[in-house]
Amino acid sequence: MSETARYRLLLIVLGAATFILFLLSLTVGPAALAFTDSIAALFSSKAGAIALIMQEIRLPRAILGLMIGATLGLSGAALQGYLRNPLAEPGLIGVSATASLGAVIAIYTGFSAVFPLGLPLAALAGAMLAVLVVQAMAGMKGGALTIILAGVAVSSFAGAMTSLALNLSPNPFAALEIMFWMLGSLTDRSMTHVWLAAPFMVVGWVMLASLGRPLDTLTLGNDAAASMGVDMRRVQFLAVFGTAASVGAATAVAGAIGFVGLVVPHILRPLVGSRPSRLLPASALGGACVLLAADILVRIIAPGKDLKLGVLTAIVGAPFFLWLVYRTRRNLL
Amino acid sequence: MTLLAIDQLHTSLGGKPVLHGLSLAVQEGEFVGLIGPNGAGKSTLLRAALGLIPSTGKIAIAGKDAAAMPAKERARHLAYLPQEREIGWPVSVEMLVSLGRAPHRPAFAGLDAADTAKIEEAMRRMEVDAFRHRPATDLSGGEKARVLIARALAQDAPLLLADEPTAGLDPSHQITLMRLFAQLAAEGRDVVASLHDLGLAARWCTRLILIDKGRIVADGAPREVLTAARLRSVYGVEAYLGETQGGMLVMPLDVAS
Repeated sequence: MSETARYRLLLIVLGAATFILFLLSLTVGPAALAFTDSIAALFSSKAGAIALIMQEIRLPRAILGLMIGATLGLSGAALQGYLRNPLAEPGLIGVSATASLGAVIAIYTGFSAVFPLGLPLAALAGAMLAVLVVQAMAGMKGGALTIILAGVAVSSFAGAMTSLALNLSPNPFAALEIMFWMLGSLTDRSMTHVWLAAPFMVVGWVMLASLGRPLDTLTLGNDAAASMGVDMRRVQFLAVFGTAASVGAATAVAGAIGFVGLVVPHILRPLVGSRPSRLLPASALGGACVLLAADILVRIIAPGKDLKLGVLTAIVGAPFFLWLVYRTRRNLL
Repeated sequence: MTLLAIDQLHTSLGGKPVLHGLSLAVQEGEFVGLIGPNGAGKSTLLRAALGLIPSTGKIAIAGKDAAAMPAKERARHLAYLPQEREIGWPVSVEMLVSLGRAPHRPAFAGLDAADTAKIEEAMRRMEVDAFRHRPATDLSGGEKARVLIARALAQDAPLLLADEPTAGLDPSHQITLMRLFAQLAAEGRDVVASLHDLGLAARWCTRLILIDKGRIVADGAPREVLTAARLRSVYGVEAYLGETQGGMLVMPLDVAS
């Protein structure tokens, strides 16, 4: 089988898996609903209890799982390709940490309590601030290393400010709320969250998806790519702002969900012949699969306990990351 | 036809001037060897000509102002082989060579039959088609070098700038490569290669440009450029210069006292 045929098959398999997991996500929950009833209720215009559960609770959760998973997979693949580093992940440029900080400030100040969308909006503002700082630090010709360093600095500062908010938290409930939010979850999200996050995500996806060929060319290094007509400033802009818009929106509605953006591109890379442009769509679908599966698992493993999605992805992701480091240690230096 | 014309090129790296008003023009059919000691400015000259580093002065590619030329159009006139043989991911040899066609295709278009033909020809010419499906990162140094040259050939530009293409290759691969460059020049292209091996430069290049401390010291046929006095003053070496049936022989013997 040729490489192209294998790639097409992979996309079909991943697409089918995503579709099945999306349907499963719609049918898993504390309310015991029959599969056919629930799917029928999804399209029903009658305001019954089943329709309410399906349309207002499960549908936004499944859609967010799909979109956030795709975001993490796509941005992870794009950043790894741009930085030519298999250990890059979406949080590297500081977006997740600052989006979290924005959300924490909204909880801490009570802004999120008076205005329901205050939290995601504050998180988005945090993400945008991070990307502006990183881009300003790196400059238009900064290059990969400056972006990594600026991202680390921004992440550290945002982490410190988050700790400060916890430290000075007026009551233990606010601190607990901050902690729980930071663990990352898709529980109790509404269609409003979907509509809030979707425009940013779609803009981010379009920016990242347009990076396919430049990322392929970058396999040969910056100078060779530039000599072949790749505009490195444009690539840097698209990679940084595309990640910031999509991951910032994802973090704003679901909190920080780690390891998906790191692990998924890594698993899929050998299956697409390591070609960065082919990894983008494959990794987006793979990320959606992993996040939908994880979100189904948290509901099955501990129903009623509200096990946090970010906790599960970290529990599974961290050992995998260790294995990854173990396997690539020869190539690291 | 003049493929590359550089006029009064000045460049600084980290505030330190590297090239001091360098001017040169290369024509199609020439195989130009860019020679000079370490730090003379050979790589900087190539990188400045490509627009990879900022410079002042005029650069014209195929008669057009390079500063006003879109990057993709420039890439159709000019291919570049960097000194570092960088291959970021274990992609297949065939895919790596096919990257050379990127400047010829619209943003989201796939490869057409003409592209495929160029890729096949480049792979055949560099004898890498036998291992076309292998990951390029698993190859030996010589094989990697050939794959990367095949990529530059697939780009099918009239002008090829190569930065130390023979570094790290064994004698037989060095000679094969120099012969290929000479052939490309004979076909009407132009190759400009920075070289450290004066013997190879003397034997294969049609023209040598000797650079020292950011200035052109000598420019002409190998026999005119490579003299014992110049090798002593520029390189600081005592060299044996002789004639053999295979061409000119240059052999540095000792550091000049």
